[in-house]
Amino acid sequence: MAPPPEPPVPGRFPPDPMVPCVARVRRRRRDAPQVWTLDLEVDDGDGTKNFPFAPGQFNMLTVFGVGEVPISLSGDPTKPGCLVHTVRAVGAVSNALARLGPGDPVGLRGPFGAGWPMAEAAGRDVVIVAGGLGLAPLRPALYQLLAGRARYGKIVLLYGARSPDDILFRREIESWRRRLDIEIEVTVDHASSVWHGHVGVVTTLISRADFHPLHAIALVCGPEVMMRFAITALRHSGLGDQSIYLSMERNMKCAIGFCGHCQFGPVFVCRDGPVFRHDRVQSLLALKEI
Amino acid sequence: MEGLERIVKEHPFFAGLEEGFLNLVCGCAKNVRFEAGQYLFREGEPADQFYLIRHGRIALELTAPGRGAIIFQTLTEGEIVGVSWVIPPYRWTYDARALDLLRAIAIDAACLRQKCEADHDLGYEMMKRFLPILVQRLQATRLQILDVYGAPA
Amino acid sequence: MDTAQQAVLTIDGLQILLDALRQRGYRVVGPTVRDQAIVYDDIASIDDLPRGWTDEQDGGHYRLIGRDDEELFGYAVGPHSWKKYLHPPLLRLWSAEHDGQGVRVVAEPDPDERFAFIGVRSCELHAIAIQDKVFLSGDHVDPHYRARRQDAFIIAVNCGQAAGTCFCVSMNTGPKAKAGFDLALTEVVGDSGHIFVVEAATDVGRAVFAEVPHRLATQDEVAAAESVVTQTAASMGREMHSDDVHELLLRNLENPRWNDVAQRCLTCANCTMVCPTCFCTSVEDSSDLARAESSRSRRWDSCFTMDFSYIHGGSVRASSHSRYRQWMTHKLATWFDQFGTSGCVGCGRCITWCPVGIDITEEVRAIRDSEQH
Repeated sequence: MAPPPEPPVPGRFPPDPMVPCVARVRRRRRDAPQVWTLDLEVDDGDGTKNFPFAPGQFNMLTVFGVGEVPISLSGDPTKPGCLVHTVRAVGAVSNALARLGPGDPVGLRGPFGAGWPMAEAAGRDVVIVAGGLGLAPLRPALYQLLAGRARYGKIVLLYGARSPDDILFRREIESWRRRLDIEIEVTVDHASSVWHGHVGVVTTLISRADFHPLHAIALVCGPEVMMRFAITALRHSGLGDQSIYLSMERNMKCAIGFCGHCQFGPVFVCRDGPVFRHDRVQSLLALKEI
Repeated sequence: MEGLERIVKEHPFFAGLEEGFLNLVCGCAKNVRFEAGQYLFREGEPADQFYLIRHGRIALELTAPGRGAIIFQTLTEGEIVGVSWVIPPYRWTYDARALDLLRAIAIDAACLRQKCEADHDLGYEMMKRFLPILVQRLQATRLQILDVYGAPA
Repeated sequence: MDTAQQAVLTIDGLQILLDALRQRGYRVVGPTVRDQAIVYDDIASIDDLPRGWTDEQDGGHYRLIGRDDEELFGYAVGPHSWKKYLHPPLLRLWSAEHDGQGVRVVAEPDPDERFAFIGVRSCELHAIAIQDKVFLSGDHVDPHYRARRQDAFIIAVNCGQAAGTCFCVSMNTGPKAKAGFDLALTEVVGDSGHIFVVEAATDVGRAVFAEVPHRLATQDEVAAAESVVTQTAASMGREMHSDDVHELLLRNLENPRWNDVAQRCLTCANCTMVCPTCFCTSVEDSSDLARAESSRSRRWDSCFTMDFSYIHGGSVRASSHSRYRQWMTHKLATWFDQFGTSGCVGCGRCITWCPVGIDITEEVRAIRDSEQH
């Protein structure tokens, strides 16, 4: 059966979990074409409050008068005073979020969801396979792994992006590269001739990565098609279905299991996920339009 | 020649190749080296050899007007470069540029094609090794074309 | 139940019961005729009840027909269910005021009213219990549901007839009301005249009932009430062999039958609106033109809508095939995985109110039969 979820992180829910608290934008940065990172802080009136969250969790962010969307927490869980969210501007709400500036109010509810299996990873090699925006919900896991480095075996980050311009968190990736205790391979789907790195799908990096399949755990996040291919490659490398975790995404209106929109077979992605162990959702991933 | 045999035998593409076939292949093989930035071949040129990469990386490129050269694949040690030598008109369909100092084994295509015609068992052995690579590249290419990371139109 | 504890009410007594509830501050809601259907609405007197009406129901068919007698509850269920009150179709969640300093969010208070429902059928008691599980028993509680539910006074009615689309017997949800009510009535027209045999199940029920003139029921009257129920149970319009439906549907997710029903289904969402357990909602934000005030409301939604499952660029369930399959497998199968029971109570509303008469019992049968080959 599925492993017990990570211990619940105390949320900041008012008596009605559908009512947001008000946060403010502290900083806004552009990470890639149409991708922005917003740093938010929650202030209850007596100083900026800490907002603990687990890697892999998400918040529901409201642009007042426009709407609400689920956005992954992409910051450092060991620094809970500032809530970092990475948003791709595709729809009305996310575009409105991306236009907010320092000082602007944002409605906030959360954190929600089951996060990455950080406790399970202790003592094991950790293989992180990220595609596109999928690196955002994985970054908190990376921060936590690197903060407690001695607790884990090898750490491998395999990251695929569309093109070099679309690579997220470049400076951070470079600073991680300078460490000697993490293997990082970045690849793009295509590049101009000045690119000196890998070109090809991220799944091709898996067979070359240095990890021990019997003792490894894999964390996968990206577009669903990419995750399916990555999981096939990970299994081919010897990882079992109980050692592979992925983060799913579905339409969400409430994030608390009441609106019904995020159902994926029997599970609610907002509440039973978004992180799932592969064996739990394996048969569902193979079904079209489920 | 012995040193070459050892190198060819150790390359993953020819792993497990039977002695007799190995000799046949080595008869068409030679050591080559390219400097970083040098082109192994260009689109349209005769595909008269293929390469087993021993050390270094290669970028496969296509050039489109207004877009310049676009890298669509990189290959690295243990992999092979070039499949157009297998099928007529035996011409390269892209450019291949060394990204770093490159050491490789070049195998003369005409030579190998001739030997495969003469010995179909050798031919079959070559096809058995090529096809999985082609299939894997096709599957990876499909995922690439889907452009899954891009924002939807 | 011990005969000694069942009582008898006359029609006048029933009126006094309604008055007693109103005097205690309850908002009394019950069945009434409107727009040629029996719907739930506020009722002040027993004259508001559908006296002398019955309903004729079948796939895509609902008609009211006059009865020969004056029974007040001589019909099954109509297009409304009690979720109309407990889980309102439209509800403001909060409003926000914007001023120079910032934004202040104010939760919308729940109205200060308590409901008394009269005429709740056994299938509906099960439906309410199912929604209790959804909204009250998880990690999060819906405070709006709880506010409306916790003090609701429920007068159940044991059905005097089954409608053509009823199948509560196969779903083990009726026709006899067994739990979840304060008072339960069985309407009996016979030797004792037009009476109601009453069972009180809770302290509140007993307290209210104490204010209403009544007498103890005789053994014959209790037997008459029991035979009403037995008769109803024997005249179900439909049936669904229900103990294996979970496994049956989950191993048939790619059965060609889904294509078949997809060609008929209009994805009109009627079934989800009339279903007493369907609970899906969506939210809508709005603001005034000056953006000085904004608010969010919650409204009923349906998994049949095109954008229910929309994520960047498209809907996961774009075809009507996948949306029908989602509704039916959720209702009959994955509901078990989520909440431990079926989501279906056999009320038959989805069959009656489907404009093309899709019958959930027939769909299950067809899928089961397809396995025989």
